[in-house]
Amino acid sequence: MEKNPPPPLVGLGREADQGWGEGCEPSPASGSTHPYPPPSPTVGGRVFPAIFATIAVVVLIPAVLPTFYVTLFGYVGLGTLVALGLVLLTGVSGQTSFGQASFVGLAAYATTLLTKFAGAPPIVGLAAGLVLTGVIAWLLGLVTARLSGHFLALVSVAWGISFYSLFGTLPLLHGFNGIGDIPPLSLGPFSAASLRVNLGVIWAAVAIVMAMSASLLDSRIGRAIRTLNGARLMGESVGIDTVRLSRAVFVIAALYAGIAGFLFAHFQRFISPTPFSLGASIDYLFMVIIGGAGSLWGAPVGAALVVVLRDQFNDWIPRITGRVGDFELLVFSLVVIVLLQRAPDGLLPLLARLKRPRPPQGEREVEIPAEAPPVPASTTTPGTELLALEAISRNFGGLAANRDVSFAVHASEIVALIGPNGAGKTTLFNVVSGVLPPSSGSIRLFGALARHRPPRRVAALGLARTFQHVKLLPTRSVWENIALGTHLLGRASLLRAMLRLDRAEEARLLAQARAQAVRVGLAPVLHMPAGDLPLGRQRVVEIARALCLRPRLLLLDEPAAGLRLAEKQFLSMLLRQLRAEGMGVLLVEHDMDFVMQLADRVVVMDFGQKIAEGPPERVQSDPAVMEAYLGGLE
Amino acid sequence: MDWFVFLALLQDGITTGAIYLLLAIGLLIVFSVTRVIFVPQGDLLAFGTLTVAALQSGHLPGTLWLLDGVSALALVASPLHGRRAAPRGVLSWGVYPLAVTGAALFLAPRQVPAISILLALAIVTPMGPLIWRFAFRPIADASVLALLILSMALHFVLIGLGLVFFGPEEASAPALTDASFDLGDLNVSGQSLAVLLCCAVLVLGLRWFFGVNIHGKALRAAASDRLGARLVGIDAGATGSLAFGLASFIAALAGVLIGAVTPLSYDAGFDIGLKGFVAAIMGGLVSYPMAAAGAVLVGVLESLGSFWASAYREVIVFTLLIPVLVWLSLRSGSPEDRA
Repeated sequence: MEKNPPPPLVGLGREADQGWGEGCEPSPASGSTHPYPPPSPTVGGRVFPAIFATIAVVVLIPAVLPTFYVTLFGYVGLGTLVALGLVLLTGVSGQTSFGQASFVGLAAYATTLLTKFAGAPPIVGLAAGLVLTGVIAWLLGLVTARLSGHFLALVSVAWGISFYSLFGTLPLLHGFNGIGDIPPLSLGPFSAASLRVNLGVIWAAVAIVMAMSASLLDSRIGRAIRTLNGARLMGESVGIDTVRLSRAVFVIAALYAGIAGFLFAHFQRFISPTPFSLGASIDYLFMVIIGGAGSLWGAPVGAALVVVLRDQFNDWIPRITGRVGDFELLVFSLVVIVLLQRAPDGLLPLLARLKRPRPPQGEREVEIPAEAPPVPASTTTPGTELLALEAISRNFGGLAANRDVSFAVHASEIVALIGPNGAGKTTLFNVVSGVLPPSSGSIRLFGALARHRPPRRVAALGLARTFQHVKLLPTRSVWENIALGTHLLGRASLLRAMLRLDRAEEARLLAQARAQAVRVGLAPVLHMPAGDLPLGRQRVVEIARALCLRPRLLLLDEPAAGLRLAEKQFLSMLLRQLRAEGMGVLLVEHDMDFVMQLADRVVVMDFGQKIAEGPPERVQSDPAVMEAYLGGLE
Repeated sequence: MDWFVFLALLQDGITTGAIYLLLAIGLLIVFSVTRVIFVPQGDLLAFGTLTVAALQSGHLPGTLWLLDGVSALALVASPLHGRRAAPRGVLSWGVYPLAVTGAALFLAPRQVPAISILLALAIVTPMGPLIWRFAFRPIADASVLALLILSMALHFVLIGLGLVFFGPEEASAPALTDASFDLGDLNVSGQSLAVLLCCAVLVLGLRWFFGVNIHGKALRAAASDRLGARLVGIDAGATGSLAFGLASFIAALAGVLIGAVTPLSYDAGFDIGLKGFVAAIMGGLVSYPMAAAGAVLVGVLESLGSFWASAYREVIVFTLLIPVLVWLSLRSGSPEDRA
């Protein structure tokens, strides 16, 4: 991209963004002169110093606190661990669970049985508890991951009650009498019988889990996880296995709860089924809602508020009402209802708003090589057939959206698919990109014939697409959105991401994303939330994201809609350049000027059928096309 | 287990299954119209039982004061929703609670079962629309997940209120009939038949309502396409209110019916409601006949389970969900974006 950069899209500078709209004359130079700030779309730029501070506090505070507060802060820490998992699950991936307490319980009982009755060291209890919760969560995820999110939530109520009932009835677990005298934490010669040491261990675990979560969110997998929340189709289109990933997030949340369960058993040294009830699960969820599900810091804030307030309520409510009961739950529930209505992002954003807004800081998490390594372009000889549709039909009930459509797209060719509204263009796009299986017919993609491949497979083969209704993560930066397209270029596993062993790869992916941003002229707005861009520019973000897949064939669904004249000219220049590099482009477009001056070949559809195909000038004079567009002369 | 015990358990199972069916229907109506998974429906069921029990013992139930208080709030708030809403608001939230309160003050001391039951239905039914009005309507366009969490929070609010109003003791509703007769070896209780009869009448009534009545048709329209329904002039607020009203009526009725078979305490509704869920999930939250089959299956399994392994009764019922979910999972194709 360095050798022949297209002129920047006009009006890209931030100054121009302020007055985007009719009558605002963009300055043609602003894009190229605008230096983009040192980059990184990281989420946790300031996480590490904060965590070191946390650790320092963790070590100092337990030494001086009165015993009562040691216990209280212990519960805050344990709650934070479970809530961190729920932030990932609810706030980031858009699923939820009303059964986290049962995972806490599984791990707590596992370590109790092993350490107390089998004499195993606690570390074995931890391992066994994590394996148990992990496997059970994986199985539950297997059952529900393909269904919509509320099924998982409903089923979690059911298993929450089932496990609670099992904890209470299995003779092995001593029912509601509970099990006492659980051995204290120990590792080799070190034993932590003191509550204060335990508190330190708990908060050290919190700090580690929080750092790992922040690292995860700030990685390729982290970006992919964000697509689970309402943008799964887009995720699949860039090659993300959303079903597997949502199961993985669920297992992570369960493991966090498992760690909490292990610590809980050795901290309290007595367990009974009560703290693993459905009510306890709801408490954890309330922590997340009250603190704020959108940020990892919502977990400690919410946990502290819920644990401390509950303690206060337990003191005060009986004094006021003269009765003992679940009144604090009533109060919490009312608070949660009001929060969901008035501040669905929790209290943390409200607290953050009180602070003076800080200017965005340059972040130094990811070192980007000065010269981004050139993207190895996929080489295809011009004229090779990339895509061939063979008699594709697609029905919706009795409606035939596509009937016997056949045509081909070759390397170094721009094919435009046009037709009146309702002609079946978008349906055809969805069939080609694997979103919908065809009712009959088959598709030859890069020489391999198949009836249907899921979008993820199609993307891996080298077909990238954009959407008619733009699908971006609106609150994330333009850079992160573009980087989603590099998903298939990365290999680093979820665990490596959590341990920050993926940094070299991450830098490479981000550099690739930035290279594509520069190529399409988005460099000056890399750090802006994608949702703040005008619609036309959001379409350009989608194109950059698609280019990150290094596709051999690019499908664009109405790329020029919402673009202004100069932007359209820029877009056609970009597409010509891609064509010159050997890429095949199939685009649906209504803007006839745009299509006719750009396309090598035009395919015209009407009522689901292909009615004409050929070079633009011939199609324009075709009587069938004129009739479809202008209506027949009676 | 001999044949006789089996038949007795089957009778129990079918009776409770009919209750679960009623709840499943209420859940499906509310979910399809508003996307709210109505967790507190079970708590309204307990309200139904406990309200009728309180009236039957000559007390005025706390739910009556709840109705008056929240109605008054709604009455104050209703002019904010436009001039046309105001007269209807006065009728629903002003005249109606006054009439019910008056009737309760006057009639409750006589302790006539039929009147107590009617009063309980009259007191608990408006809770649904009030819940819609204050809890869900302000965020009616939020995600299913947010609505579900709110629903869960609401369940704990109602539990807390239930404890305040009724205390921790269990109470029963009066039986509709004391009759019973022998069918071969089996003693069939009149109450079981009454439950089934009420259930059948309700199902037929809903069939008529959704098939013929204009409000029922509006509900169906809102269920199949909320935006489209709004565009043709169906008021989303009114359909939501109606859906919640139907659900809370169903819950109150179920509470009155089951309360005569099993005494309930303030927090017993949730488990019962949950089994309605299991039935509704079996219908994939969309199909009424599937939910009906599921409800009867849950009732019978639970009844048999309580005989063989009573401690594991809940576990058995909820384990039943797993194969259903696997089936639903396999049936659903590629992952789709959620509303």
